Amino acid sequence: MADYLPHTSEEVVDMLDFLGLSTLDDLFAHVPAALRLSQGLDMTPGLSEPDVANIFAEYTSANEATLAKLVCFAGAGAYDHEVPAVVKMLGSRSEFVTAYTPYQPEVAQGILQAIFEYQTMISRLSGLPIANASLYDGATALVEAVNMAAGSTGRSKLVISAGVHPHWRETVRTFAQGTGHELVIAPLVNGITNWSAVDTSGAAAIVATYPNYLGFLEDLSAPKSLATENEALFIVCGDPVAAGILKTAGQWGADIYVGEGQPFGTALSFGGPYLGLFACTEAQIRRLPGRLVGETVDTEGRRAFVTTLRAREQDIRREKATSNVCTNQTLMAVTAAIQLSYLGTHGLRDVATRCAQGARYAYEQIVALDGVSAVSDQPFFREFAVSTAQPADVVLERLVVDGFLGGLSANSLAGATDSSLADPTHTLLITVTEKRTKIEIDTYVAALAKAVK
Amino acid sequence: MTLKAQPGGRASSAPLLGNGTEPTIFEMSVAGRSSHQLRTTHVPAMTLEELVPSAHLNPDVVPLAEVSERDLVAHFTRLSHRQFAVDLGAYPLGSCTMKYNPKFCDSVAADPGLNSVHPGAPAALTQGWLRLMVDLEEKLCEVTGMAAATLQPSAGAAGELTGLLLMRAYHEARGDVRRRVIIPDSAHGTNPASVTLGGYEVTTIPSDERGLVDLDALKKVLGPDVAGIMLTNPNTVGLFEEEITEIAAAVHEVGGLLYYDGANLNAILGVVRPGDMGFDIVHMNLHKTFATPHGGGGPGAGPVAVAARLAEYLPGPKATKLADGTFDWVQPANSIGRVHGWHGNAMVLARALAYIDVHGGDGLTRVAQHAVLNANWLRHRLREVLPAAFDRPCMHECVLTASAFKQQHSVKALDLAKRLMEKGFHAPTVYFPLIVDEALMFEPTETESLQTLEAMAQALEEIAVEAAATPELVRNAPTATPVSRVDEARAARQLIPTEDAAQR
Repeated sequence: MADYLPHTSEEVVDMLDFLGLSTLDDLFAHVPAALRLSQGLDMTPGLSEPDVANIFAEYTSANEATLAKLVCFAGAGAYDHEVPAVVKMLGSRSEFVTAYTPYQPEVAQGILQAIFEYQTMISRLSGLPIANASLYDGATALVEAVNMAAGSTGRSKLVISAGVHPHWRETVRTFAQGTGHELVIAPLVNGITNWSAVDTSGAAAIVATYPNYLGFLEDLSAPKSLATENEALFIVCGDPVAAGILKTAGQWGADIYVGEGQPFGTALSFGGPYLGLFACTEAQIRRLPGRLVGETVDTEGRRAFVTTLRAREQDIRREKATSNVCTNQTLMAVTAAIQLSYLGTHGLRDVATRCAQGARYAYEQIVALDGVSAVSDQPFFREFAVSTAQPADVVLERLVVDGFLGGLSANSLAGATDSSLADPTHTLLITVTEKRTKIEIDTYVAALAKAVK
Repeated sequence: MTLKAQPGGRASSAPLLGNGTEPTIFEMSVAGRSSHQLRTTHVPAMTLEELVPSAHLNPDVVPLAEVSERDLVAHFTRLSHRQFAVDLGAYPLGSCTMKYNPKFCDSVAADPGLNSVHPGAPAALTQGWLRLMVDLEEKLCEVTGMAAATLQPSAGAAGELTGLLLMRAYHEARGDVRRRVIIPDSAHGTNPASVTLGGYEVTTIPSDERGLVDLDALKKVLGPDVAGIMLTNPNTVGLFEEEITEIAAAVHEVGGLLYYDGANLNAILGVVRPGDMGFDIVHMNLHKTFATPHGGGGPGAGPVAVAARLAEYLPGPKATKLADGTFDWVQPANSIGRVHGWHGNAMVLARALAYIDVHGGDGLTRVAQHAVLNANWLRHRLREVLPAAFDRPCMHECVLTASAFKQQHSVKALDLAKRLMEKGFHAPTVYFPLIVDEALMFEPTETESLQTLEAMAQALEEIAVEAAATPELVRNAPTATPVSRVDEARAARQLIPTEDAAQR
């Protein structure tokens, strides 16, 4: 059995003696006896690290969908991008990994400055002046964004594109049970949002997405106009990698940007921990959720960083706080700052371009296959949806045999009756990142040709 | 007892060269420099204009840093040297449970068999992960004495709000309209913030002179409109709510539910369980109780466990073991829905399970025992210097008061905490809980040695002497750190949240 407790048995006796106690149980004498466990927990006894490693080997070997076993063409908010050795190593430095929230700035300048640099990068990629120190993930960042919009406008109606990732929409719906927000979902037609199908009057927020979860790029001028007309806030859920080549949320007129930052140096990780990106205009800063790092000086006049505008936060404002966020995803934010610094101005552009090139190369071959048809004629970035003659789940099962995680079925994300698609069970979402080679794509297309028949 | 050995938890030898300012990554940038590489793919290189209509293309390039890999490494390594961490030394930050994070648990999470799995892959291809989640849920239920759990919430606060939505779903299913949630005045700030977001009003009740819930005050505010109460036990003062059974009975009597804030669960592992105390909903902070590293402020994980009558409302889909022995995602019958984009902070969950397996039932009990032993030893050792706010045995943390220093020497709790950092230890939590004047909350944790505790106590004794003899020294501390005290007012007044706002 492994143990991380330092005291020798003699020390324990001495310490108890110092307290006037004779046994460790005496420490809990004030806990009512009727409540105390007489036999301890009903759990296996402790094991050595190598023994536990053996147990974990059973878990890992039972996972078929690893990158080593299957070539990944799946995306939908979780992407197989390159994570270079330097990012992994710097991001796993134990000073970053084992620190707590930077409450004492004199001994936390490392984390604070890294977050300041991260905030700068997210501000630039979103095209908005304020970015916070991170939130849990993209879905929960959207929850904070709609709460900000509701607080700012004093309204409760949220008009949300059906192109927003189904899990994000569902997460917003869950938290609306507490806040009382009303959700109006604008359906997709030809793969893009039909805003005119819904009543946007009295909306707190218009929520668009860029690209949408089917991969398609929508012209965001229409939802921006609706937001302006209705004096609603314009929220853009954006793929941060796309910002390497596409217009930023700020350029589209967003008041709030949210995104999923996993592509910036975080492994697929079975969905977490990921990185919730959040940026907004200066007008919204007093409602900003989570932490914000600002630059200042120390008593010697040296540049220093510190968490700021703390009066917004839950530990001070308590029930009047606009958000309950305390813990965030700092380590992923630091990792993102490292990854983005590694990529640099031109690297992110190269990655985004490579994604678009690979996706287009794959798309043109795939829509030409018998048994596959296009869902939309709209432009896309690094993923796209196609209709399959066979159910998408069946197609995916067949592709596994050939060594591919061949995408995701829309059905698995959105359910069979989602307003985003006519037939989710026959819709396959395919993603191509900069990692996919021509040979991988060609082999995948050949396997897909068989699988869709 | 004489303690001569060198303390392992003192960080005063941390090597730092000088006290210069680290440039930002942008200040280090040189236009045209880069470090990135891309693999050879042979994918046809269409131009951006061919790929995307011009209406979508950004006419400008978003500027990021432009540095060599060597400079990148140097910058972030130097930043890491400007950061205190558990791996450097003792971090007695009360309420935050900064215990040592076993490296083994990190190594488990680094396995590509876990961390290279796509979260949307079909259940048939991720049986290992689903089984891991089912196993963890079962163990968390045993630790808390509950029936079922969700692993989705990403942090304690997310768990709180999830718990409040479960409370709401439970009452609403009974056609029961309730409007208030009761919270003691000593509660974490996340509690009242979560209550508001859960659609309830906060009713605050005072603590009594013992630092515990005032049962009479509680009974006065109970009524049929009370949805429930949120309690931390041991509470935020580090004391066990001895009348918990009576509290539970009173709340249940009016049809309310008991919510357990698991921030301090580490104090009672294997000793007493929230479920046995009468709690209905429990969140756990895996990054505290089960030692998953906190990453400078996150990630954490905040699973929520519930009594059987609430299981049908849990967030879904949930990893579930089927009759045939395989695993699949199953939606609870009346689920409140998702509270996370995928399945929760999975890698944190894996680390926590490894920690639980290594310790086992017996080891977890010892974790709680030693955490409580260390806190009581430190409280007693410091009794002459910094008296406890409440003169009773504490659990895993102790709240001391610097009120006498403030009165006699105009030296505040914050000053003592800042000076302690120069002596090689992280500061304790200061000014929390709010009900204690000049509060210093120490949580030494079970992984600090007796030698480290003694060294920390001696450092505080030295500071007490300094506070009387040279109070300026303490009030101006720290000066040996990378920066001295920072101008927080200026940071808020002249907000500079980005390099661009700084306009260098």
